[in-house]
Amino acid sequence: MSKTLIRGAKILGGEPQDVLIDGETVAEIGTGLSADGARVVEADGQILLPGLVDLHTHLREPGREDSETVLTGTKAAAAGGFTAVHAMANTFPVADSAGVVEQVWRLGQESGYCDVQPIGAVTVGLEGKKLAELGAMHESRAGVRVFSDDGKCVDDAVIMRRALEYVKAFDGVVAQHAQEPRLTEGAQMNEGLVSAELGLGGWPAVAEESIIARDVLLAAHVGSRVHICHLSTAGSVEIVRWAKSKGWNVTAEVTPHHLLLTDELVRSYNPVYKVNPPLRTEADVLALREALADGTIDCVATDHAPHPHEDKDCEWGAAAMGMVGLETALSVVQQTMVDSGLLDWAGVADRMSFRPAHIGRLTGHGRPVSVGEPANLTLHDSAYRGVVDPAGFASRSRNTPYEGRELPGRVTHTFLRGRATVVDGKLA
Amino acid sequence: MKRHLISAADLTRDDAVLILDTAEEMARVADRPIKKLPTLRGRTVVNLFYEDSTRTRISFEAAAKRLSADVINFSAKGSSVSKGESLKDTALTLEAMGADAVVIRHHDSGAPHRLATSGWIGGSVVNAGDGTHEHPTQALLDAFTMRRRLVGADAGLGKDLSGRRITVVGDILHSRVARSNVHLLTTLGAEVTLVAPPTLVPIGVENWPCEVSYDLDAVLATSDAVMMLRVQRERMNAAFFPTEREYARRYGLDGERMARMPEDAIVMHPGPMNRGMEITAEVADSPRCTAVEQVTNGVSIRMAVLYLLLGGNEPALTTTARTEESK
Repeated sequence: MSKTLIRGAKILGGEPQDVLIDGETVAEIGTGLSADGARVVEADGQILLPGLVDLHTHLREPGREDSETVLTGTKAAAAGGFTAVHAMANTFPVADSAGVVEQVWRLGQESGYCDVQPIGAVTVGLEGKKLAELGAMHESRAGVRVFSDDGKCVDDAVIMRRALEYVKAFDGVVAQHAQEPRLTEGAQMNEGLVSAELGLGGWPAVAEESIIARDVLLAAHVGSRVHICHLSTAGSVEIVRWAKSKGWNVTAEVTPHHLLLTDELVRSYNPVYKVNPPLRTEADVLALREALADGTIDCVATDHAPHPHEDKDCEWGAAAMGMVGLETALSVVQQTMVDSGLLDWAGVADRMSFRPAHIGRLTGHGRPVSVGEPANLTLHDSAYRGVVDPAGFASRSRNTPYEGRELPGRVTHTFLRGRATVVDGKLA
Repeated sequence: MKRHLISAADLTRDDAVLILDTAEEMARVADRPIKKLPTLRGRTVVNLFYEDSTRTRISFEAAAKRLSADVINFSAKGSSVSKGESLKDTALTLEAMGADAVVIRHHDSGAPHRLATSGWIGGSVVNAGDGTHEHPTQALLDAFTMRRRLVGADAGLGKDLSGRRITVVGDILHSRVARSNVHLLTTLGAEVTLVAPPTLVPIGVENWPCEVSYDLDAVLATSDAVMMLRVQRERMNAAFFPTEREYARRYGLDGERMARMPEDAIVMHPGPMNRGMEITAEVADSPRCTAVEQVTNGVSIRMAVLYLLLGGNEPALTTTARTEESK
């Protein structure tokens, strides 16, 4: 088996050490390790993190291969430092059966860049009416444990209750896209000062918060666990904080874009800023950062949502919602959380690897960087400063809100079970 | 002047007064037997209408034709747009045909802004109403009508609307007319009060430079102009108000309410009117109602806007007009 010696890496931001990878595992950690027979990576003080885990990725295959495929999406994931992603179920056909989740799982295995854990739909066709065969998806080779109708809210309280109860049989979790549908008919952006001026349909915070409030109560009532997707408002933070204080099994994620961008950007009417849930206010951004720092929000999830160029090169109302995010996530987290002093690198490892892997019940990911553990590792050059150029993305899509923006840090190496998927910032 | 007219908020006081003054000159053209100026001869103005609005389209068409521009009407219905052509491809087509100005009416807020800033076309863009965002030429013709009535056609030249109290009543939430008017009238020094049931006032209105009242009767006596907005009857199906009759009782303008307005105060309506809903026939047909004048003034304002956007460094209107008169 091949050996790699990473020399002088700051593990989770600590003192520089050498890390020897032998085969698929971390074999030795120390100083002055022998490079004998090993390929050497000079880390030179870069940050070594456990491979990042994304709980919320749209890989678009099957059905929308014009925007992303499992192969291009996992390349983008590797480039962004991820070693595992959870593929959302809103494909065509919908991942609501064992057949579709197994197909996505198999495509992930074949890609070799990043592990792909399919998410199953909660309801047939994401229609919110009838439970999908959750047990069959769990028992399939894909071993699904996370279920979500993401893109749509499971708004029927009875269906949500039953889903929460049903997945307890196999330690599953329902990841809710919290959006009260009636309150968001025609919604185009955050409802507030900016929407009033721009004349764009408002997406009120209460439409998210009311569903979260209902669902944490339901989860408590049936003794199950619920995960809140892309939490976006200060009010949602307060509800999750309250639910956690009760000891209820509630977890939540925040996207990088909700940690950095606000609805002021919509004044440009540039659809690259159109996303669901929408960009909120500065006060919301600050509350989300604080909640991620104190652990109320468990993890960062990208909600990587690729769209073809024509779906963004148009007027706001006609544009698709969503942003790509895999290749900029760690940089945005560095800027908003680390450089701002809210989180150290151990915290980043926790919020971008340990906790999301735990929520998804992945066994080989989100492990400590220590001897004997699987060598899923990400080397991040936090001193780097660069301007985002989507032309260099591995993703098939380019709909990033960060084009032309300077962001700190870049992933230089990613290792998936000891094999380099990214070397010197380029896909291997 | 700027190259585009997208939002009334982009106009300075001086820009706005210049447009109103220019419109007064244009209005004089309409009084002549030959209502035509050669100013935009050889220029092409495209009316790109994604929503049916015969009134606004023919107003722009009349304005462009009186300035001798070539006018192309591009309506979404029955065109490539109904076959799924994108705004971008339509814009590139118009650009390839040499459009000097595109007058766009679109159901999506921000579409004119997108057209003007995306690099798809090189000509001027005039917003003829976008979604629930803005309708700047409507606000300009409203301000023009107010200045004529409240200050005077000649006496008003060079003046703004300082100190005038304007009340706008109706569906503020969905109204592009209200948004443009709040910006423009405030820029011109007027004090604006919006009146509507709370359901029809947008969340976030607190940052607007105006007052908001839920009580029409409380503001009538101090209003120099009361602008009644069209309220779609279908809104009651989305629970914005219980019934047509209740809306008319609480927020409609009838003869009895009009009588409580100051003697010289005017009633305005951008049309088309819902008689019996926001305005009674008695008010609509009274000499205090300027609805028909507003239509006439709309042509003058749109002439002024097209002239100022496209005229550039060419001879000023007054010179041209005098030359013609001296012939």
